[in-house]
Amino acid sequence: MFTYIARRLVQSVFVMLAVSLIAFALFRYVGDPVAVMVGQETSIEDQERLREQLGLNDAVITQYVRFLGQMVTGDFGFSYRTRAPIAEMILERMPATLELGFVALFISLAVGIPAGIYTALRSDGVLANAILVVTLIGVSVPTFVIGIFLIYFFGVQLGWLPTFGRGDTVDIGWWTTNFLTIDGWRSLILPALTLGIYQLTLTMRLVRSEMQDVMHTDFIKFAIARGINYRSVRYRHALKNSMIPVITIIGLQFGGIIAFSIVTESVFQWPGMGLLFLDSIRYVDIPVMSVYLVIIALVFVVINLIVDILYLLIDPRVRLKAEAA
Amino acid sequence: MLSNIKANWKRASIENEFLYLFLHNRVAQVAAFVAFVSIVGALFAPLIAPTDPYDLKSFSILDNFLPPAWTEMGEAKFLIGTDDQGRDLLSSILYGTRLSLIVGLSAMIFAAILGTSLGLAAGYFGGKFDAVVMRVADVQLSLPAILTALLVDGIARGILPREQHEDLLIVVLTVAIGLSLWVNFARVARASTFVERNKEYVQADEIMGLHPLRIMLVSILPNIMGPLLVIGTVDLAVAVLLESTLSFLGVGVPPNQPSLGTLIRIGTEYIFSGEWWIVVFPSMTLVIMIVSVNILGDFIRDVLNPRLR
Repeated sequence: MFTYIARRLVQSVFVMLAVSLIAFALFRYVGDPVAVMVGQETSIEDQERLREQLGLNDAVITQYVRFLGQMVTGDFGFSYRTRAPIAEMILERMPATLELGFVALFISLAVGIPAGIYTALRSDGVLANAILVVTLIGVSVPTFVIGIFLIYFFGVQLGWLPTFGRGDTVDIGWWTTNFLTIDGWRSLILPALTLGIYQLTLTMRLVRSEMQDVMHTDFIKFAIARGINYRSVRYRHALKNSMIPVITIIGLQFGGIIAFSIVTESVFQWPGMGLLFLDSIRYVDIPVMSVYLVIIALVFVVINLIVDILYLLIDPRVRLKAEAA
Repeated sequence: MLSNIKANWKRASIENEFLYLFLHNRVAQVAAFVAFVSIVGALFAPLIAPTDPYDLKSFSILDNFLPPAWTEMGEAKFLIGTDDQGRDLLSSILYGTRLSLIVGLSAMIFAAILGTSLGLAAGYFGGKFDAVVMRVADVQLSLPAILTALLVDGIARGILPREQHEDLLIVVLTVAIGLSLWVNFARVARASTFVERNKEYVQADEIMGLHPLRIMLVSILPNIMGPLLVIGTVDLAVAVLLESTLSFLGVGVPPNQPSLGTLIRIGTEYIFSGEWWIVVFPSMTLVIMIVSVNILGDFIRDVLNPRLR
């Protein structure tokens, strides 16, 4: 088991090295950093001095190692567009994205898991079929269209909820939160729903198929044959075993939520990291793009690692396989 | 000779079965009809559309914000209303659908060719090449397609000089979407090739000393087309969705050639002032198109997968 974890760790480090190499190449070779940083009237000598100062004349390996060092210590450099330190820009935007993502994930799991179980057990009921039709639509309708229609109904027609920005926030140290004001919560509802609906349909479909599979296994048939009451078979034996993949679901959804937060933040003008990344693409702000790439890759790698290790701890079958390998 | 007849007979019966199942599936028929109408509408947009939305002379700002023809303020000339520039919305949607389908289809084909070749080679040769391709695929699979497409698009914007960039936007977009979708093709092609390569017909080819390229493309490829076709249909819907999302975010097609995503983005600016039709009709077109392609994909998968029948 220990060797398995060690091997996964080494793998993760390799992935991060590969990603940072891409980020470095992006930063170093896409456009000329010096030309972007100085104005047109700067003399060639001054440019050359700056180049020397920034270490752009060193060997590529030296530059890459230095880039890695900067990434590890959180020294991300400056944005081409705003000239602000990128570390600050990202720290300032992070709470907005994390809070939005957290609420969306909560909606997805709190509604998706019970709905999945329900539709798996009552596969012929009217309500179950209605839920299934709704999820079919949920999978096919693009996130931004969902957002626009929510805005149209709840924001424009009914006028119940705010449709852009974070509303009133409270500062706790450097962290700004939506959770402490009513206006903050109201502003959060529509974006979180938009982000959560697609993930919800995914959760529901996965839980449903998992639960259906488990209900057909021999040990469940045997439990029913033993005369254990249905309630216990369903909610103790079957549910417990179909919950294992939910860990994977949560892991996968983190990824989906980060990716689609870009779209949601754009629809609702939510001042998070996704909007920052989108702006960096629009204005070709390479340093911000490469830092975002590294941070996102890190988040993905860490989540995948945690999911794999949790699997190992929870599911004895995986543990046996890992030990055998 | 005998095997030839057998193969033909088998193929004919599968085609008939396909037709039989199709004729007994109302939902699939409706979906196919909608997809067909979208494709025809897109192909013949210049002939069907009342006006040319790319031609500045063909519309007038005086006609802007006209509601659909059946409402009080509407004009019969503009069946579903006009946008902020006074363009006929129906024409914009027809041209937009055309662009969305062209980009989606070419991106899907690009991904299919790239993914299938890599998957075929990985499955056939195995070893180091296989390991490398599959590692890359695994890493990319953990990133959602939309993120990959955004990144490739962003990098291309940085590399290409600004003047050329506008002209190449559509190509860049296609490549960005294609690169984010190749993994599915590669994985399926590799898994199927693994199964096929140990069969007798492949061994026979090898004993005859045929070139690996010939074995892969002429012998194996036709036998693994089924599952690839399913991926192709599903990924067409994904590609159209990605294109519209990127265009909606303002990093997709050029602004003077709006696709459905661009139209929706323009429309969102006017939902607060009550001009709902500018956003509603393009959105509905997009959703109906994606739903119908998804249903077709499900249908083809069910037909090709005998286990489900």
